[in-house]
Amino acid sequence: MTRQPVRFYQVGSFAVGNRLLDDDDRTVQSNSNRNNSIDSGHRACQGCGEALGARYALDAAMRATKGRLVAVNATGCLEVFSTPYPETSWRIAWLHSLFGNAPAVATGVAAAMRVKGKTDVRVVAQAGDGGTVDIGFGCLSGMFERNDDVLFICYDNEGYMNTGVQRSAATPPGARTATTDAVGPEPGNVFGQGKDLPRIAMAHDIAYVATATVADLHDLERKVERAMEIRGARYLHVLVPCPLGWGSASDETIHVARLAKETGLFPVFEAENGKVTSVSPIRRRTPVEEYLKIQRRYAHLFGKAPRTDIIERIQGIADANIARYELWSDEVEADRLFEVQA
Amino acid sequence: MLRQIEGSRAVAETVALCRPEVVCAYPISPQTHIIEAIGVMVKSGTLVPCEFINVESEFAAMSVSIGASAAGARAYTATASQGLLFMIEAVYNAAGLGLPIVMTLANRAIGAPINIWNDHSDSMAARDSGWIQLFAETNQEAADLHVQAFRLAEELSVPVMVCMDGFILTHAVEGVDVLDQATVDRFLPPYEPRQVLDPDDPVSIGAMVGPEAFEEVRYLAHLRQLDALERIPVIAAEFEELTGRDSGGLVRPYRCEDAETIVVALGSVLGTIKDAVDLRREAGDRIGVVGITSFRPFPSAAVRAALGGARQVVVVEKAFSIGFGGVLATDVAMALQGADCALRSVVAGLGGRAITRRSLEDLFARAVRGELDELTFLDLDHEAVDRERTRMMMTRRSGPTAENLLRDLGSKPFVAAKGTS
Repeated sequence: MTRQPVRFYQVGSFAVGNRLLDDDDRTVQSNSNRNNSIDSGHRACQGCGEALGARYALDAAMRATKGRLVAVNATGCLEVFSTPYPETSWRIAWLHSLFGNAPAVATGVAAAMRVKGKTDVRVVAQAGDGGTVDIGFGCLSGMFERNDDVLFICYDNEGYMNTGVQRSAATPPGARTATTDAVGPEPGNVFGQGKDLPRIAMAHDIAYVATATVADLHDLERKVERAMEIRGARYLHVLVPCPLGWGSASDETIHVARLAKETGLFPVFEAENGKVTSVSPIRRRTPVEEYLKIQRRYAHLFGKAPRTDIIERIQGIADANIARYELWSDEVEADRLFEVQA
Repeated sequence: MLRQIEGSRAVAETVALCRPEVVCAYPISPQTHIIEAIGVMVKSGTLVPCEFINVESEFAAMSVSIGASAAGARAYTATASQGLLFMIEAVYNAAGLGLPIVMTLANRAIGAPINIWNDHSDSMAARDSGWIQLFAETNQEAADLHVQAFRLAEELSVPVMVCMDGFILTHAVEGVDVLDQATVDRFLPPYEPRQVLDPDDPVSIGAMVGPEAFEEVRYLAHLRQLDALERIPVIAAEFEELTGRDSGGLVRPYRCEDAETIVVALGSVLGTIKDAVDLRREAGDRIGVVGITSFRPFPSAAVRAALGGARQVVVVEKAFSIGFGGVLATDVAMALQGADCALRSVVAGLGGRAITRRSLEDLFARAVRGELDELTFLDLDHEAVDRERTRMMMTRRSGPTAENLLRDLGSKPFVAAKGTS
């Protein structure tokens, strides 16, 4: 059998065109009978990465569970823009309780389904990065540790955007937020140790941990579907650019997300039972400047007196990620990922 | 059949008879014996079907209960003191969402200084949360109130706290008749939720509500509590018809017929108060007692009726609002508006200090003689307080107050009940 590498990149991106795929391989969104879990008419900002990520993730989860799904939501942008009374965008069973308790509420829903014998009903909990890495962290770790049957999805926009762009433990070093302003000798967020939730989740040895970005929605969907094949605690961390908080153009959301991955600042990988099982390699290695300079939250690093020292430190973070996850090597033929059998 | 069992055991066995489907456990004294016992029942298979979940905090305990209740399961948990404060955001949330969770509150003081013993500060801290709060006077009543609590909560879609005095009740071994399964099943039908997370009929629960409807949502919660004022006596009457036991209700008058002075209180101290009142009656004082079972909703009309023709009301309570005075006393004052009746507020038994019959007898005698101030702290060691005040005046860095008092009292024998205040 001969192997014929077929490339079907769309112009200017690495996204695969739906029309060239079999129906089963197309995104859920291409199906006119999709669930529309988050219906149109919600109040997310133009170019919102979270609205896009949540829509793909939940419709994929609905397809994977044949509609037997309950979603629990932490307080945050997603909750606020989807449900101003008396309207709701949710076309799935949906519960919002508090900012910091979504993992525990989801545990309760899963327990109720089990005790009622409705084991076909699955539970997804979702939160922004604040609700995940900060205020919800205790409940999340408890849910992981007990291995409760919940898929927890973090839509990470690297800050408290709903309250006006304040720093979270997921805000990257050097980034300007309202509480890490671009003033003083060390402008922007501190260079701390950061709180790397995917690795913390892996340290719980839960069955499935994955990261994704809204730049590769097929990959996001596939990971949601993989997660729903597994019982027990699972964690999916999705990078969702925020035009408001990042100061990026609202039509650049996908581009910004792609650069986060291509620079190595946001490693995209999967892990099962605490071990990395696959990574999405960098296709075109990109210096971090290209990612930083299109976001106003990093504007203080450029201009008349560029802070090359800070940019270098950020590049160091990217390089460390690339080394840790082996995201890039000269031998990698990135094209092979997109080979299909002819 | 009466059995000599611990109060916590009686509550655990009774809760199990209520067929809870999800029970969350996080340890805090003095409620731990309750959830430990339920845990054994679930693990050994005597309580099925039931999910028993060990969580990492009280905040998670209430949050898991919220998820379980919203998904249609009968949910139960127990807590006390700091635990109630740690979960308080979720406590308000459960009430706001209208989820009929039942929780035992083993009443305990709140720190600092840290103190594991009984008072009612925790209940008072959750007073405005939207939960119904029922106070048990005895272990029998504590057990019985749980059956009524599930019924009331689920009828009205309002969460209910059954408050029982930590240690004084939870750890006391006395005769309790625990009902049988058939009796509880006759009294408590399966849970039929008003709202439920169901993929076949999806709804959004917990939406954001702005000024256009928030007040109405809150007012509807208030109306449900007013409905509870109607339902609590009815449910207690049905319970009595079925079991022959007079448990629950709104208020419990005792020897009030011709009373000029009436004492009002919550919880287990009512037993000691009744003993002291009996003795004052023998001495010729016209004194009675009104115990309040339903603290929230507060039965203003029933309280006013029960206090009837009293010329003086003495509210004895194990909590107070620092910088003001009695909390229950404030509610009683509201209920007595316009009545020709003096109100005396007495704070007693904080942090587990024993409220003795002798102290109460003396207190009531002084009340009848018209000698009580508006606010009295029973058995307060004024001399120790004065010594600490002096230390604070003498030096800026006087040090931590609690530790100073301990050191001060450590050098002098503590007399539990001096009979004066």
